[in-house]
Amino acid sequence: MPEALQLLGGGFAVALQPLNLALVLVGAVVGTSVGMLPGIGPINAIALLLPLAFAVDLPPESMLILMAGIYYGSQYGNSISTILLNVPGTASAVVTAIDGHALTRAGRAGPALAMSAVASFVGGTLSIFGLVLLAPVLSAWALRFGPAEYVALMVFAFVALSSLAGRSIPKALAATGFGLLLASVGLDPQSAVPRFAFGQLELLDGIDFLVATLGLFAVSEVLTLAEESPVGQSAAAAWGRARLTAAELTESGWTMVRSSVLGFAVGVLPGAGGTVASFLAYSTEQRISDDQGTFGSGDLRGVAAPEAANNAAANGAMIPLLTLGVPGSGTTAVLLGALLALNVTPGPLLIEQRPELFWGLAASMYIGNVALLVLNLPLVGLFVRVLALPRWILVPGVAALSYTSVYAVTNSGFDLVILTVLGVVGWAMRKGGFPLAPVILALVLGPLLERNLRRSLALSGGDWGVLASSPIAVGLWVAAAAALALPPLAARLRRSVAPRAGSGPPSP
Amino acid sequence: MWSGRPGPTLPRPTTSRPPLTRPPLPLRVGRPVALLAIAAALALPGCAPETSRGWECLAPANPGGGWDRTCRSVGRVLEDLGLSPGTVRTTNLPGAGGGVAMARAVTRRAQDPSLLVAASSGTTLRLAQRQYGRLDTDDVRWIGAVGAEYGILAVSRDAPWPDLSALMREWAADPGSIVASGGSAVAGQDHMKLLLLARAAGMDPLQIRYVPFEGGGEAMTALLGGFVQVFSGEASEVEGQVEAGNLRILAVLAPERIAGDLAGVPTAREMGFDVEWVTWRGFFVPAAVPDSVGDRWVAVLDSLGRSEAWAQERVRNGMRPFLRTGEEFEAFVAAQVDDFRAMSRSLGLLPPEGG
Repeated sequence: MPEALQLLGGGFAVALQPLNLALVLVGAVVGTSVGMLPGIGPINAIALLLPLAFAVDLPPESMLILMAGIYYGSQYGNSISTILLNVPGTASAVVTAIDGHALTRAGRAGPALAMSAVASFVGGTLSIFGLVLLAPVLSAWALRFGPAEYVALMVFAFVALSSLAGRSIPKALAATGFGLLLASVGLDPQSAVPRFAFGQLELLDGIDFLVATLGLFAVSEVLTLAEESPVGQSAAAAWGRARLTAAELTESGWTMVRSSVLGFAVGVLPGAGGTVASFLAYSTEQRISDDQGTFGSGDLRGVAAPEAANNAAANGAMIPLLTLGVPGSGTTAVLLGALLALNVTPGPLLIEQRPELFWGLAASMYIGNVALLVLNLPLVGLFVRVLALPRWILVPGVAALSYTSVYAVTNSGFDLVILTVLGVVGWAMRKGGFPLAPVILALVLGPLLERNLRRSLALSGGDWGVLASSPIAVGLWVAAAAALALPPLAARLRRSVAPRAGSGPPSP
Repeated sequence: MWSGRPGPTLPRPTTSRPPLTRPPLPLRVGRPVALLAIAAALALPGCAPETSRGWECLAPANPGGGWDRTCRSVGRVLEDLGLSPGTVRTTNLPGAGGGVAMARAVTRRAQDPSLLVAASSGTTLRLAQRQYGRLDTDDVRWIGAVGAEYGILAVSRDAPWPDLSALMREWAADPGSIVASGGSAVAGQDHMKLLLLARAAGMDPLQIRYVPFEGGGEAMTALLGGFVQVFSGEASEVEGQVEAGNLRILAVLAPERIAGDLAGVPTAREMGFDVEWVTWRGFFVPAAVPDSVGDRWVAVLDSLGRSEAWAQERVRNGMRPFLRTGEEFEAFVAAQVDDFRAMSRSLGLLPPEGG
């Protein structure tokens, strides 16, 4: 690939121009601060800054470079509020919240934030290599994913839900069922017939996952904190060092690599996206490397896996955008709009016709990645100080943040009511020991499964055989079956092997 | 840490300063407090009261969609031409395929003289099919359309049909053998195009097998992957793939051939199928604003539509010329809704009773 490397070098030459370098830094900083607000993720941050960039008449490369910075920044910003405050702003951050917030409660917020930055960096870096080297090949792979293959992928994801079950399988199933129930509210995706809308226009689009996430996590957290805490106490007594030790890094090394590869592969599929990626990465890592059963109660690898996968997926989503002209996620839809406005038509000829753009983007994504690491690692120590706030500031602060975020994004008073109701539901679920993450994941995965199942059957004329009619689909069914069957087997195996030490797989 | 500028989803004054010129917050304040203050400062503009002076364009969907682009591109040109008092902000109010935004214009913002709401043929189709509850055509004031796209039918490069007639012949002979994809739900715009074509070809429209996807991009991917044989959508959605030679456009559903790179593609009418699909993009405003305000909006859109700046912006957004304003547009919308309603009824998509 000498030619590709040469072109990439050209890309770096573009991205390293002082103006572009400044833009990527500005983008990363603005993105991080905006991203800390739950719900104001990359989509809104980019939509927000686009007119500004148009106003100052930046060249297309610089515009894309700025957007790459914002994109990365807002994703990392989101992890900050997720880990520190248990306020995940996107569905994929829900997975990070599980171990991330557990670490905060255990007084290790510093390492958790640092791990999030490092894992994002690793995921971003590896996937940019993937993007550069494999873009044409992978667009062909995305095309072979039809509705039936998506069905198998979603079933695989649902099986992986069991890894979030916590102690009680029935309670996890109940939470999943509740999520599916929420997901079925709104217009039927195929025939546009209202379901469970009770004549309310606001319910026709269903329950926004942002509203559900903030309600179940943030508002219920506020209720719990308000209930249990004496006034004046701060949220966490300690937050640990703001750095990672070499041991922590090496322990998570393979987790990050595996999660990046997985996240990238899932991200390439339009419509599957970061949520499925981070979630599959988490459950895969739990199966592979959680030999002490610490996942879920504050394991750094539980932060590393979803963060690496999420970033890798974000870069993977660039492939269908740039090679097929198909936006694979909300953010890439905004990017597509920007590209069109710049007179660039994404499609199979983009890389050939506008090499400076493609390679410039790849290089600037990489620089955005580095910028984020360089900027944010030193700032971890600053961010964690939010935890030093006394609760009488923090609790109403989180509440205000949640409500303003929801209103800012949806502009709907009705959603504030739903937010409150779900907050109370989430509080009750915590009391009853029900896990919250499966609700959100079912809310995200349910519609994907439903749509693709109905599409597959519409394509085949009602023949269920279509679901296992391709090698990819069959492979995914086998993986799903293995995910269901292997953990009990492995546990038994481990018990029988345990006495003889040192024969496990290499765990660097 | 910079305090950033605008609030979420409300791109406020884009005037001049990029965010980096803002002075950092005074460091005397405890840093955590500063952080929260930044967060609050960023969040607050999002819930700014709706009383501010400038014009506001309500996009009934999330950023990235057609309505959002209509608002942002028109807003930008209005500002550049000096037709608006300062910046036109775009607010996204997704929900119910545009129903929530329309309801907002009919209820809470019914008197607002600074509010413009983006609309399209998708709006009139849903109105016709009564998907907005009780809302109807005359609950708002229709101002104008400033551009349009035309429906197209595409097949893959190596599809066996040389032209639309050949496709429709085979389709009519064995309706079950061909599956089509589109980016809208059943009875939505992309499906309607096919239903109308089927009817024009003398088939029973309901025998057409249509699989809905999330947006034109995914529907086109299904065609590229070979999962369906026909794609119903718009020209801009397939442009890149057509240029690369992976897809072929069999027909445009326009009154006459489209100038430019699609000039070689025949219209459906040329091929003997009397079907047209105009995806226009335009605006309505609340019905309760005074006539003087309504007339001002018409005049503004009229000057915009005739300007060179808009012509350039329109092309950039993949739209063809299509300017209808004022009474002409109101009549156009009323006729279109009646037409869509009659079509939907005759296709069995709406119950037959009147009203």
